[in-house]
Amino acid sequence: MNAEAPDQLEKSDIGLQTQIEDMFADYVHSIDDDDIEAWPEFFTETGFYQIISRESHAAGHAIGLLHCDGKGMMKDRVKAMREANIFEPHRYTHVIERPRLKRHSPELFNARTNFIVTRTMQNGDMETFASGKYLDLVDVSKKTPKFQKRLVVLDSRRIDILLVYPL
Amino acid sequence: MTNTATGHLREPLNWPEGGVTRIPYRVFSDPEIYALEQEKIFKGAVWNFLCLEIDIPNPGDFKTSFVGEIPVVITRDQNGEIHAMVNRCAHKGALVCLQERGNRNTLACVYHAWTYDLEGKLKGVAFRDGIRGKGGMPKDFDPSKHRMEPLRVETYCGLVFGTFSSETEPVPEFLGPEIDHHVRRNLGRPVKLLGFHSQIMHNNWKLYAENLRDSYHATLLHTFYTTFKVNRLDMDGGIVLSKRGWHHISYAKRSKLQESAEYQDAAVHAAQYDSQLAAPEMLDSWPEFDDEITHSIQTIFPTLSVQLTLNSLAVRFFVPRGVDKTELFWMYLGYEEDDEAKTRMRINQANLTGAAGLVSLEDGCINEFVQRGTRGSAPDTTAFLEMGGRDVAPSEGSRATETAIRGFWKGYRDIMGFE
Repeated sequence: MNAEAPDQLEKSDIGLQTQIEDMFADYVHSIDDDDIEAWPEFFTETGFYQIISRESHAAGHAIGLLHCDGKGMMKDRVKAMREANIFEPHRYTHVIERPRLKRHSPELFNARTNFIVTRTMQNGDMETFASGKYLDLVDVSKKTPKFQKRLVVLDSRRIDILLVYPL
Repeated sequence: MTNTATGHLREPLNWPEGGVTRIPYRVFSDPEIYALEQEKIFKGAVWNFLCLEIDIPNPGDFKTSFVGEIPVVITRDQNGEIHAMVNRCAHKGALVCLQERGNRNTLACVYHAWTYDLEGKLKGVAFRDGIRGKGGMPKDFDPSKHRMEPLRVETYCGLVFGTFSSETEPVPEFLGPEIDHHVRRNLGRPVKLLGFHSQIMHNNWKLYAENLRDSYHATLLHTFYTTFKVNRLDMDGGIVLSKRGWHHISYAKRSKLQESAEYQDAAVHAAQYDSQLAAPEMLDSWPEFDDEITHSIQTIFPTLSVQLTLNSLAVRFFVPRGVDKTELFWMYLGYEEDDEAKTRMRINQANLTGAAGLVSLEDGCINEFVQRGTRGSAPDTTAFLEMGGRDVAPSEGSRATETAIRGFWKGYRDIMGFE
């Protein structure tokens, strides 16, 4: 987080804020609606995505649960999930709060957004699968905002069964 | 109820004909058997993994863990010596250490402030002499007769082991020479923790113990490599078993290609040239040892495993959380001496395993499918384990075998007295 960045957004940022919030909503809706193929497209080509526990994040661990350095690794995740991995059918519903944005630089915003994800199995079992916060770096230099970095910091270090859909 | 002192079940278990090739489904779901395992296996003559030495590097450090269902705490005292004891106050049985890790001079129970030293010896009892001469402990109260129950501890290759039995032989003998050699190969150097997480599997702990030893399922259930046409070449490999069959190593070699000039010239190379991965750099690796083994996973009975698959070094440890629930802990390691490039490769390859592992995430659910599939089965129904023969013997050159699973059951039956 850039310590020099003003805490409040400038008036001229408000339009961008709406765009970013829409993008955040589209992101979780894509996952929840099983349109996983769209997931990598929310990132820049060199975008970084990681799921890590709060404990590991605080300890500065490099390895969390899942780590994609660049869009290619995300596409491989999607293909693996569709064609290779075996798991019981299930779906997520994400509930996200209003993102708190801060200007990081002319081209980047920092964002923090808390989330809760429920998971519903094919037999109807439904439970809270994950909660935590997204810590993002959003690139606004192009027409559409994209994630330069999306860090998913989970409250719990424990996953129930397995994690195959991104969060 | 079970009479665990004599090991009798209310409904005796008569192991079916066929020995270790037939596993009665009942052992995965019977609470009486589960209770008996706590007594005979986890409190028996085995070395239970407690923690990594790097979990408690400094004097006063403690870490909590589990031996079977029993909560334990591991400490390092002011002299650097490691101790382990049941994490249970000698007064009323409350947990003494609530945090998973920390640093303390003494261990104090929050309930009535009974205080222990880092060896678990009782040092202080609040209001022992009462208040204003009234109350307090009886005059013959002897603090030396009350302490946290200790375990015998042995540290080996950075792994801290504990046992409740005075009969457990030293760790290297418990492992046997082949297993010992391979642990030393992988963990015989200072390591650092790169990350950890855990995973709940809704199955009996023994189904995961089997799964780790199941070299037969690898390319059938886990199809990541084949889907991406990752060139695994003619992976030569086999199974090594310890003398009693309890522990195993499954290994594979990326074969002769290592010897080609092309590979000799490059200390680090993209292992998988002709894959259909969009980001093949995820599998960048380097030959870590000169024995040509590129993939290995080994088990240490009852609940420990060490993997070095490509360069992904990890310790897996699983804890029974009830007859049909198991928690699996993943500890990803690197060597202290690793440079940045090596660390980066280990980080990328960590994507292959764990709760979200591209290659192995199926293991999080497959054992549950067995747990669910065997529900309501007739008392005499069993699993059928004859792949690779009917014996418990090492397997040279082939991993299409269930020999290591049979080895587990040999050890299990011996300890449990199931004949």
